[in-house]
Amino acid sequence: MITETPNGFSLDDSGQRIVVDPVTRIEGHLRIEVNIDENNVIRNAVSTGTMWRGLEVILKGRDPRDAWAFTQRICGVCTGTHALTSVRTVEDALNIQIPENANTIRNIMQMALYTHDHLVHFYHLHALDWVDVVSSLSADPKATSELAQSISDWPKSSPGYFRDLQTRLKKFVESGQLGLFRNGYWGNPAYKLPPEANLMAVAHYLEALDFQKEIVKIHTVFGGKNPHPNWLVGGVPCPINVADTGAVGAINIERLNLVKRIIDESRQFVEQVYLPDLMAIASFYKDWTYGGGLSSTNVLSYGDIPDNANDYSAGNLLLPRGAIINGNLNEVHDVDLRNPEEIQEFVSHSWYNYPNQDAGLHPWDGVTDPHFELGPNTRGTRTNIESIDESARYSWIKSPRWNGNAMEVGPLARYIIGYASNNPEFKEPVEKVLTDLNLPVSALFSTLGRTAARGLECAWAAEKMQYFYNKLITNIRNGDLATANVSLWEPHTWPHEAKGVGFTEAPRGALGHWIHIKDKRIENYQAVVPTTWNAGPRDAQGNIGAYEAALLNTPVANAEQPLEILRTIHSFDPCLACSTHIMSPDGEVLANVKVR
Amino acid sequence: MSDSPSALLLGVGNILWADEGFGVRCVEAFAERFDIPDNLVVADGGTQGLYLVELLRAHNPVIIFDAVDFGDTPATMRLVENDDIPAFVGAHKMSLHQAGLQDVIACARLLGGCADNMLLIGVQPVELEDYGGSLRPQVRDCIPQALDIAAQYLADFGILLTARGDTAPPGIITPGLDLASYESGRPDASIAWRHGDERVLNRSARD
Repeated sequence: MITETPNGFSLDDSGQRIVVDPVTRIEGHLRIEVNIDENNVIRNAVSTGTMWRGLEVILKGRDPRDAWAFTQRICGVCTGTHALTSVRTVEDALNIQIPENANTIRNIMQMALYTHDHLVHFYHLHALDWVDVVSSLSADPKATSELAQSISDWPKSSPGYFRDLQTRLKKFVESGQLGLFRNGYWGNPAYKLPPEANLMAVAHYLEALDFQKEIVKIHTVFGGKNPHPNWLVGGVPCPINVADTGAVGAINIERLNLVKRIIDESRQFVEQVYLPDLMAIASFYKDWTYGGGLSSTNVLSYGDIPDNANDYSAGNLLLPRGAIINGNLNEVHDVDLRNPEEIQEFVSHSWYNYPNQDAGLHPWDGVTDPHFELGPNTRGTRTNIESIDESARYSWIKSPRWNGNAMEVGPLARYIIGYASNNPEFKEPVEKVLTDLNLPVSALFSTLGRTAARGLECAWAAEKMQYFYNKLITNIRNGDLATANVSLWEPHTWPHEAKGVGFTEAPRGALGHWIHIKDKRIENYQAVVPTTWNAGPRDAQGNIGAYEAALLNTPVANAEQPLEILRTIHSFDPCLACSTHIMSPDGEVLANVKVR
Repeated sequence: MSDSPSALLLGVGNILWADEGFGVRCVEAFAERFDIPDNLVVADGGTQGLYLVELLRAHNPVIIFDAVDFGDTPATMRLVENDDIPAFVGAHKMSLHQAGLQDVIACARLLGGCADNMLLIGVQPVELEDYGGSLRPQVRDCIPQALDIAAQYLADFGILLTARGDTAPPGIITPGLDLASYESGRPDASIAWRHGDERVLNRSARD
């Protein structure tokens, strides 16, 4: 049957059904079902979050000052972003002003997280959708060296370096420890890189793996420990003591110098390794223009990185805020997280009950009441579903909407909004990439556009670490050592009842937390996470979400090895753990594909 | 700083999922029971993945506490060493971080310098589908023995422990998430739905 969705997509579920469950190399658990036509082109797509997640319900009755620590435990990726969002939410509710240094340090931590997350995503979660590891074993090290030296000044590029690396890799593969590289779709015709480009990328996969450990040391410096650094409602939990005569663990000159060194190295790695690799790989996939989905019409960003403390207005946010709808780049709408009409979550196709099933609820009025029920056209059993019935409820993820519109969030959304706002920090790098690859602006709205935006943003984040580092040093030199405001720390200073909202841009997109505090305790807590925006199911009107839209009209070279589905889904950097519950029945295989 | 690397005691798992919190609760209990000598690092690995790679490369020996599906009777402990560990944390994966742990070890080996001596102290969980819940009593009762095993393993490497003199919180886990606060602050079952997705949790249907 062919259906036209209100948001402009044509769905046809008559063809062969392919099920990918679980989609791996992501955080959390996601199932994708598609129908392909007689030419192996995807004509219907269904995104199912298969896990229950109940962050909201475990926070009821807790101390609001502890909420960040719980939210940080829901998954293993954007832990710091949840913690930051949570402390901002509580500060908003209690009207707590944080010191300038606290804002600056939080920004450095958030930008360190971006740099780390984007780098790790590109090399360790996404690159293998474009890079064939097995092919790299047949590369000529000398030609690889020539390729590497032609695109970058990065010193690790000699023929001997690539030869040694190749030998080590062969040994690793032959020892049966394929480990990280097990069960890839190696040899799939959708891989287009020559062996030398594959070898170069695999070398950088390993270098990035080694380098990423440096970036997170910034979290150890400012958060006291890592993993799971400490955060604080009212500021940051690290005193500044440049003379190094006070508390153990205080920020001293030695630690600041360490941070400076890591920032320098991060900028260098991104400029000389990540971006050249991204451009080199993209140049072989220029004709793979699929995966745009909602990006050419509807994108959303809350904005983030307040330049000055305590000002969350759009003008003070270095990452742009706004919403674009219907593809009109000439109008960037403002976004208000408090307006009950703007952001609403719907559950018509989700496994939850609402008092009024088809009405949306603003997060402050949010309800998390699970109700698992399969549609009549489901094939299989409740515990072993062969194919899901998307006409009924089919996901543990809710459907968030902005003024009723399904939206894409994430790096591409932020870059499109920055581009449309004529913000040179975003527009100029985009134009340079398009010029260098000789591509039109429309090429931005694609899977590769998403991947490219993430790379540009990684470079942007590394630069901004430097900016805020300088700002911190200047402020310290001027004698401002305050890092926390504890004047409203004690609950007796709080009002009887308060509501607050906090937001960040997580690496993978807009993240908001909404809190209702009553009698010093959490009465209600709701989180709308980026992957909820992107991976959510259809709404009552039949509008499809970002994942579903992005998969449509993509040809699949081999239906038994739907590499193309992984490519596009991975380009969103899914993190299902916080949009759904964390149990995973089996993550062993790259993707368990069932073709029906 | 001495020439030989320090030892590592690492607890992994998600404290929000009942017995999944075993690993983290072990390192918390360890730090409450013993003074931590300079040549030992105690880390709450929580839900982290790649962040842990460097820990496995920087330390030796390494002891990992974790809840693992060995297919054993619930609350049974098993010890697994060195090359056998990846198979156990990969073959019966039941949680996110375990998929991660196998990859973490693979990454550490691929980069070189992964600890030569690793011991996994695993427990077969009793209950996982209790979101916001704590360790079941049988699993909690395994902790003292798990710590004894760890102490003995460290003693074999010449790391001798003494009982902790200080009564202040050792700071391994964030205040508010410590076992006592976590359990006493839990909302009532009437307002907090606690169960997982029967479809994915019904392992027998899949097996």
